[in-house]
Amino acid sequence: MGRYFAIRIGRAALTIVLVVTFAFVVLRLSGDPALMILGPEAPPEVIAAFRKAWGLDDPIWFQYLDYFHAIAKGELGRSMRDGRPAIQLVLERIPATLALTLPAFVFKVALGVPAGIYAALHRGSGIDRAVMMTAVAGFTVPSFVLALLLVLIFAVQLGWLPSGGQDSWRHAILPIATLSLGGAAVLARFTRSAMLEVLGQPYIRTASAKGVPWRKVVTSHALPNAAIPTVTILGFMVGTLIAGAVVVESVFSWPGVGRLLVVAVANRDLAVVQCILLLVALTMVTSNLVVDFLYGFLDPRLRAKGAHT
Amino acid sequence: MAPLISIERLSVAFNGVPVLRGVDLSLQQGEALGLVGESGSGKSVTWLAALGLLPRQAKVTGSVRLDGREILGAPAAELDRVRGGRVAMIFQDPASALNPVLTIRRQLCEALALHRDLSGEAVKAEARRLLDVVGIPDAKRRIEAYPHEFSGGQVQRIMIAMALAGHPDLLIADEPTTALDATIQAQILDLLATIRREMGMAMVLISHDLGVVAENCDRVAVMYAGRIVEEAPANQIFADPVHPYAQGLIGALPPLDGPRRRLTAIPGTVPDPARMPAGCAFAPRCSLAAEPCCVAAPSLAPISDGRSVACIRAEASRRALLGMAAE
Repeated sequence: MGRYFAIRIGRAALTIVLVVTFAFVVLRLSGDPALMILGPEAPPEVIAAFRKAWGLDDPIWFQYLDYFHAIAKGELGRSMRDGRPAIQLVLERIPATLALTLPAFVFKVALGVPAGIYAALHRGSGIDRAVMMTAVAGFTVPSFVLALLLVLIFAVQLGWLPSGGQDSWRHAILPIATLSLGGAAVLARFTRSAMLEVLGQPYIRTASAKGVPWRKVVTSHALPNAAIPTVTILGFMVGTLIAGAVVVESVFSWPGVGRLLVVAVANRDLAVVQCILLLVALTMVTSNLVVDFLYGFLDPRLRAKGAHT
Repeated sequence: MAPLISIERLSVAFNGVPVLRGVDLSLQQGEALGLVGESGSGKSVTWLAALGLLPRQAKVTGSVRLDGREILGAPAAELDRVRGGRVAMIFQDPASALNPVLTIRRQLCEALALHRDLSGEAVKAEARRLLDVVGIPDAKRRIEAYPHEFSGGQVQRIMIAMALAGHPDLLIADEPTTALDATIQAQILDLLATIRREMGMAMVLISHDLGVVAENCDRVAVMYAGRIVEEAPANQIFADPVHPYAQGLIGALPPLDGPRRRLTAIPGTVPDPARMPAGCAFAPRCSLAAEPCCVAAPSLAPISDGRSVACIRAEASRRALLGMAAE
């Protein structure tokens, strides 16, 4: 048991190091922050001074070691644009993002999971086909298209809701709806196929054969087994709470972490981008770890495997 | 004596393809019936259909009466009382027949709570007793384990314990030992025989293993392509099979004593359920088939006390066999 989790925690740490390294290298290869922030017309000596001030003229491996050294001391660098600590910039934006992603997460689960279960239990029925068609539409349509479509209908045509900004709770409705619909579609499909897989298993027949009423076969025999693959997707969705709304925040001009990321990447504001990516990696890895813990809890076979290997 | 369960004209079709084509079968209290035939002949489907365990797209017609009461198409609540309470079933692949995420205790106690007037500690005590009965050592501790922590033979024992939980009058054992190795197989069959003796329970043993059936059953029904083609007391069917298919099955077994003889094989293969021949389903493979065989399917008709056969060439077939033996 202890080994099962020790291995996973080790892997999680490795993942974070890899993500951070990758982000560090790619950002430095893909553009010069000095030119991006100061503009191409800036005099060469200003650019040189800027590079020196931010350590951009050091060799990349030196910058890299320096960066890790700073992280180890808990310093995540400062924004090249306004000189404030990057972490502060990011933390300021988190509540706004969570104001969208948390309710969206609740709606995704509340819509997607029951729809998937219902569709599986009534396989081949009209409702099953309707759920599946909606689900396919929901996750093949990119979120920016869905967002624009919702704006077109509810803001432009009907005039019921604002198309962007963050002034009242009404501004949050369309972004939350956009995020919820796509996620609910993915969840519905996953839950449905997980349920169908489980309902075809011999142990479901065994339960029926011993006289367990169908409703109880579903709740106490099928659902606990179907939960195992569904939890994987849920874990992934929890991992996207912080930075899963990049597109939606941009479309609806919502001042969250996602928009900060877009602006920071455009400006090659290295410390800010790295800070966000580190945060994303941390949430992803943490939610994956939680999923692994949940697996052990949900599936006794995995618990045993972990104990033996 | 009124039969415990009687099945009449039971037919099943999957998406319009008939897989069971009018099965008649009845079982007395405490009797052991063997159901043999190759895979796809409808042995398992007969009982899954009788207990309403087939998926919804299966179309089931006919009649299944338990103590004279029709259970085919009965309301779900009534069927739930029959299943496990009057008729229990165990399956071929024990490893996947138990829910992997629930402990043995939960699965056993579930059956007990459904069919027995027990509660609280009494349920647990009875569950442990059942595990003792089926020979799971250290039941007190093992009851909290999960199915994957047991061997195949042990899981089948647990399945049997679960089946016994509701004190059923009839146990359907659907190839209970096919997935197990030979020594375990014998142990499980012994266990079933002992339990049946002690509880006076009737049993249907579904198997494609004639030896298993011969040793454990009073009566044998041979199925072919969704029908019963011959029914007889176990000792008679092995000594003197009448239906050419039954003869073929038994001829394919090596004799333990007597002179060595060439083992016979049945030529051809089972017809596709979607393209059944018009007459007797066995006619295309039958060496005795005559013109009328291809016209109408023969029905199961009594030929002597306790024996019936569905073959219009039954007499000829018997003579042929006797002639062969005389040679």
